[in-house]
Order: sequence, then structure tokens, then C-alpha cells
Amino acid sequence: MSNHRPKSGKKIGSMEIVSRGLDRRYGAERRFRFMGVAALVTSIVFLSLLFINIIGTGYSAFQQTFVKLDVNFDPHMVSAEDPASANYPGLIKKAMRSLFPEVKKRRDKRKLYSLVSTGASFQLQKIVESDPTVIGTRQSVWVPADDEVDMLMKGHVDRNVPETERRLKDVQIQWIDRLIEQGRLKKSFNTIFFTSGDSRNPELAGILGAVVGSFYTLLVTLALSFPAGVATAVYLEEFAPKNRWTDIIEVNINNLAAVPSIVFGLLGLAVFINFFGFPRSSPLVGGLVLSLMTLPTIIIASRASLQSVPPSIRDAALALGASRVQMVVHHVLPLALPGMLTGTIIGMARALGETAPLLMIGMVAFIVDIPSNIIDPASVLPVQIYLWSDSPERGFLERMSAAIMVLLVFLMVMNLVAVILRKRFERRW
Amino acid sequence: MTTYILLITVVVLSISGFLIGRYRASAMCEAPGASVKLHSRPSYYGLLTAMWCGVPALIVAVLWHGLEPAIIDHLVLSDLPPEIRSLPENRLSLVLNDIKNQAAGVMFSESRDPVIREAADHCVRLRAISRMAMSVVILSLSIIALVAVQKRLSPEMRARNHVERFIRCVLVVCSTLAIFTTVGIVLSILFEAMRFFKAVPVTEFLFGLKWSPQMAIRADQVGASGAFGAVPVFVGTMLVSAIAMFVAVPIGLMSAIYLSEYAGSAVRTVAKPVLELLAGIPTVVYGFFAALTVAPFIRDMGTMAGLDVSSESALAAGLVMGIMIIPFVSSLSDDVINAVPQDMRDGSYGLGATKSETIKYVVIPAALPGIVGGILLAISRAIGETMIVVMAAGLSANLTVNPLKAVTTVTVQIVTLLVGDQEFDSPKTLAAFALALLLFIVTLLLNIIALYIVRRYREQYE
Repeated sequence: MSNHRPKSGKKIGSMEIVSRGLDRRYGAERRFRFMGVAALVTSIVFLSLLFINIIGTGYSAFQQTFVKLDVNFDPHMVSAEDPASANYPGLIKKAMRSLFPEVKKRRDKRKLYSLVSTGASFQLQKIVESDPTVIGTRQSVWVPADDEVDMLMKGHVDRNVPETERRLKDVQIQWIDRLIEQGRLKKSFNTIFFTSGDSRNPELAGILGAVVGSFYTLLVTLALSFPAGVATAVYLEEFAPKNRWTDIIEVNINNLAAVPSIVFGLLGLAVFINFFGFPRSSPLVGGLVLSLMTLPTIIIASRASLQSVPPSIRDAALALGASRVQMVVHHVLPLALPGMLTGTIIGMARALGETAPLLMIGMVAFIVDIPSNIIDPASVLPVQIYLWSDSPERGFLERMSAAIMVLLVFLMVMNLVAVILRKRFERRW
Repeated sequence: MTTYILLITVVVLSISGFLIGRYRASAMCEAPGASVKLHSRPSYYGLLTAMWCGVPALIVAVLWHGLEPAIIDHLVLSDLPPEIRSLPENRLSLVLNDIKNQAAGVMFSESRDPVIREAADHCVRLRAISRMAMSVVILSLSIIALVAVQKRLSPEMRARNHVERFIRCVLVVCSTLAIFTTVGIVLSILFEAMRFFKAVPVTEFLFGLKWSPQMAIRADQVGASGAFGAVPVFVGTMLVSAIAMFVAVPIGLMSAIYLSEYAGSAVRTVAKPVLELLAGIPTVVYGFFAALTVAPFIRDMGTMAGLDVSSESALAAGLVMGIMIIPFVSSLSDDVINAVPQDMRDGSYGLGATKSETIKYVVIPAALPGIVGGILLAISRAIGETMIVVMAAGLSANLTVNPLKAVTTVTVQIVTLLVGDQEFDSPKTLAAFALALLLFIVTLLLNIIALYIVRRYREQYE
């Protein structure tokens, strides 16, 4: 093999030919390798950009600005018998006026009142309802500030921008500065974000409704897709004869795994809502749609897990006189279960992040109440993020990023559990 | 609420059925002087009892819930005076709605029509009767089944075989679920799409160059006629997907090559989870990233370079979609590259090739069918992707291939046409189903081709 080239004119050894090209070839090698590294680095850079971006915009949402007001629970305005009908906005306005007695003009007064969130009056109502003895006394109450004040406190409002281009006017900023001087404005942990449902006001909007909605939806999904998925996998792996019928089932499962998720949403709209008349926007329909969507994932993972159980286990069980069902239920299933659970958790994580099919079945409605069962109208976490992304207020942008952080934390916990489960129970046969 | 109580009662009955059955079976063989042997283990007798106790009752409950509204409607209607019954179909359903609202008490003002009020009372009565009847039927069914099975319990009874037959039936039923889902998808989409094609000819939909699905309410309105030529929508989808593939294929493929051929175990332990993380991020998060970070960035860069860039440019959506698809391409390519036998690499090294030459001239050609299959799957993923384009791409259907302009995609149109109030008789809503049908067919074809290629290739080396 050594000198297969035709020798012409000067005699060149094959080693020489090889070493002449060597530099070029090593150069190519280095470039190729560099391209590989560059590709990996690009992915990592994208991922870190994404995270930096989300955390950068979202971290401030975990804090919220509160205003300290000295509220006089005037017995003429609030009565202990009927705390629901009292004029709480009036109380707030009075407290604000007492802080800035020099404000006289109606237009200015309105500007002054807008510094406090509309949710403040509900807070006063709660205080009165929980403790009627406050009536007739003067109390210092920390109430949520308006989202524009919140944004200013967090440094998202540029004071140098001309007055006409920002929502907060110069006079309002002066008042805010005075409040800061008096120690009446503080930032503290934003419990509202974790304890309330959606709202039109950023400072009052929270994710609890969406989290509960996601929980119910996933509950329905899990209850339907896990048993059905495992049963299908067991049938196909352990009982089914190899014939045309099971071939059709297998082709179907593989195709379903690749159908765009939005098509499942259309199925839900046409079948569950229009045909069966299930309630729109409910976690029940959402769960049904998502369980059809995650079914292929669970089936495929469960089959792989069943395949990894060695045949000797089955033979041993059968040889000792177990029936096929006993063999599967007593021996194969317990050994395959960790793998099945891992697949199920991964499927559930995907279902938790899914948005598109739920838009189709009306889970995009604006829902303030926290759902209490699976047929209440509800939203889910990713849809809530999508809804907030449409709102122009800066406060919603911040809350959306925070909601994404919460969603990612949930997903990471789920994946971590799956990884631990796999590590802990994985058996090499 | 009564349904829950009923359900719990049935479950409790089943559990007690299980306990009773098991107890009686073991008593039968352990009784002093009993010389018989049980056919099955005692718990199978318990399971059999529980099965008969619970399953028929649950089936009846589900059927009852399904059929009850229709039967009650029928009964209420048949009791209405003849002059109302002779109303046309749609008026009649309005009356029925009134009655139902009245019965549910959601009407803000009491209906003045005594006929409707009476019918509503009738409806309420019927519902109460139906609920009572359902409770009685289900509970008696459970109890009768429990007693009947107990009566028949004998040591010769083949309890295990009965239970196992039932389990197998359940397994078979579950396995057909996938088929029913596919059939459901095809029928539901096809049915609505056919209605759309009755209003708009197929040729106009497939080859028309103008897409503006606004239907006027009045005939004399501006822009009264909707246009349903889907070509701009297809072009937009392809443009965004093409940009995504331009990003995802080189990066994904090179990452896979580097990870499987070059990287040491340290790099792999870092890089693999990163790629998995990219795959696990919900699409709505990518949408957020595309709409609020990448799109403004590209627009600003374009303005600096003196270009006119739309703030909903196809480039931004495609770029972010490409990032989303990187892990998809890389994991599929990783699989096929690892499936190439080591012998082929060793042969190439033996001839003096460098590592990159081996990869370029031996490994990739050998893995090419699998890689192509993976790329096809990734394309079908890109076409069907929704949230990124809904959040970052535009709504107006421009027929352009300029990546700096705003385009719209099939999935965006489906979402915008179907979110919000819908009327299921206007072509505007039905157009979404026609688009979905097309989306379904295209992705299905891509998947079938891809799976075929991958499978054929795998067989070569096994």
C-alpha cells in the first residue's frame, strides 16, 4: 500500500506527501474542533442570557412598596354591625389628605389619591372585619402603594424624562419624596404576589389562582394519563399478540407523540366542549386535553422500562406457577415502576409548561377568583404568563418574569425528582 | 354534591365487598373439618366481589349523567303547550334555554311568562326525581351485586380467572385510547374543515394570495369580504421555520458531534444538562424572551445599521425558535452518531485520517439518513410550534420572504381566530380548522417520512 501514487519526475516519498499536507490537515482538525466548542458555548450563552434576562427583570417583583397611612376609623363612616358597606375609599382619602393638607384643587387631589392602590380599601375592610374594636381609633396601617409608585421606588421610572412622557407627574414625585423622608414608604416582601389571584392592577395581581389552576389541571392529567399509559404499555409489552391491530396502535402512539400541541387544543374544543358540553376554561377540560397529549410520552417511557426488566424474571415467575397477570402484577410491574414514574414526571413537567392547547379551550379568560374544584373556571401558570405579557404596565412585566421564575422552579423540582428517582432505583441487570 | 356522596358510598361498598369476600373465602377453607381447597387465593374472591360491586354502578352513573339532560329536555318540551311546541327549531331552543335559566335560578328577573315558570318548576322536579332515582338505582345495584356474588361464593369458583379476564379487558380498552384520540382529532378537524370548504373553495384556500379573515357583520361595511388565500400564511410559516433550522441545525449538529466524539466526561456532565435544560424550558418562556428581549434588540441593531426592521420581525421569532430546537436536533443526532459502529472509525484511523476527517468522511455519511430524519422531525416541531410565534411574530399576513418584516404563521392564525368569542357558523372560525387540518397533515407526513428513514437506517447496522 505504501507507494501507490505514480512516481513522476522527482521522487517523493509517501511520508513526505503526508507530512506536507499535515499542517493543513491539523489546521482543519483544530478548526473543526473549535466549531464544536463554539456550538456548545453558543447554547450555554443563550441559556445564560435567558436566565439573566428573566431574573434581571423579575427579581424586583418579590418586593412591593407599601405606604404607611394613619387611618382614623371614624364611627360615623364605619359601623361594627355592617362592616361591608362602609366607605373605606373615603377613609383612605381622608388619611391622604391629612398627610398633605396643602393639596386643595380637585385635580391635584385625584393625583394624590392615585398614589395608593385601589386594594387598600379592601385591606381596611379586612382589618375591621377581623377586629371591630379598631372602630373609633386611629391606626397606622401599611397599605400597598400604586404600581407607578412601586416602579419609581424600584428605580424603573426615569426622573429625567420630560413630565409629559411619564405617568407620574412632577408634583406626585415631590409627594413621594416627602413620604420617603417621613419614612412612610417602605419596600417589603411581596406576599400579595403569592396569595392572590389575577388583577387588573399590577400591585394586586398574584399567581395563587394560576398555581391552583395548574395544580387541578395536573391532577386530572395525572389521574387519567398515568393509569391509561401504564395499562397500554403493559398490554403492548406483555399481552398483545404481534399482529396488524397492535401495529396500528403502535403507529398511532408514535404519531400522536409528534402531533403539534395546538391540534390537541382543537380536539378539546371540538369534542369536550362543543360535543360533550363540558364547562369552558375548566381544569377538567384542560386536564383531559393534556392527558391525551402526555399519554404517548408515558406509554413510550413505560414500554422502555418494561423492556429493561429481564425475561428471566418472567420465566421464573411462570415456572413457579404464576398466571401471566400474576407474573406482571407481582414481579414485572414493581421492577418497572421507577422507570414508569420517571417518564410520568417528565410528561407532567411538559404538561405544566404547555400553553397553546389551553388557549384553545378558553383558559385565557381573566379570572380573579381562586378555583376551588376542577370545574371552576381557572387559568394555569404558563397562560397567566402569556396574559400578563400582553399588558403594557411595567409592573406586569416584572410580575410575569417572577411568575416565569416560579414556573421554572416547579419544573426544576419535578425534573430533579425524576433524576433522583432514576438514580436511586435504577437497576442494571 | 350528592354525586360525590354517592361515589364515596360506592367506593366504601366495594372496599367492604373486598373484605367480606376475602374473609368468607378464607373462612371456607380454614373452617374446622373443611377438606376442600380453594381454587384461587382468598383475595381474588374479595376482588371479584369488589369488582361486581363497583364497576356496573360506576358505568350506570356515567351513563346517567350523560343521558339525563337530553331526556329531561325532551320531557319538559313534550309537556309544553302545543303552540310553543310548534315553534321552529331555533326558537324552541331559546325557550328551552329560558326554562333552564329559570330552573337554575340565574335569571335576574323572574320570567313573567307563567308557561315558562311552570315548565321550569317541572324541570326542577324532574331533576330532583332523576337524582333520587339515580341514587336508588346505583346503590341497589351495588348491594344486589354484593349479595349475589356472596351467594355464589364457593371453593370451586374460578375467581382468579374472572378477575384476570377483567384486567385484560381493561388493558385492551386502554390501549385503544391512542386510536380513539387520533380518530377524534381527524374527525373533529375534518368535519369543521369540510364546513369551511363549503363556504370557501379549496383552490382559493390553497392558492389564494390574500389572507384577511375578517368577516363583516353588515354587507356594506368596509372590507366586507374576507379573503381566505392561505399562501401568505404558509410562506410565513416556512420563513420562520427556515430561520429556526438555520440556527438549530449547525449548532445542534456540531454540539452532538463534539459531545459524542471529542468531549471528555467532564465536559459532557456539564453540557448535557445544559442542553436538557434548554429542552425543558416551556415555550411561553421562549416567547417572552423573543418578544421582549430579542425582537427589540434586533430592531435596534437594524435601525443602527440603517435598515427598516419590524418590531415583530420573522428573524426574532425564528432565532428563538432555533434555540428551542437545538437540543432536539442534538439529542437525535447524538443517538445516530453513537449508533455508527466503532469499527468504521477504527478503519478510518487505521488509514491515517485525522479525527475531523473521520467524522466528515466516515461518521457523518454513515449517520446521514438518521440525521436527515432528525432534521425532518425538528422541522415538523418548528411548524407546529405556537407560543413563540404567537408572542413574537405578527398578525398581518404579508407575502414576503424578507426576514426583517413581520409575517404570520399557521399556528398564530389558529390562535387568533379561535381565542375569544366564537360562532361556529362563520368561515372566520372554521378557517382555523382548515389551517389545523393542513398543519396536521404536513406534520404527520414529515413524521412518517422521518420515522421511515430512521428505522431503515437503524436496521443497516444491527
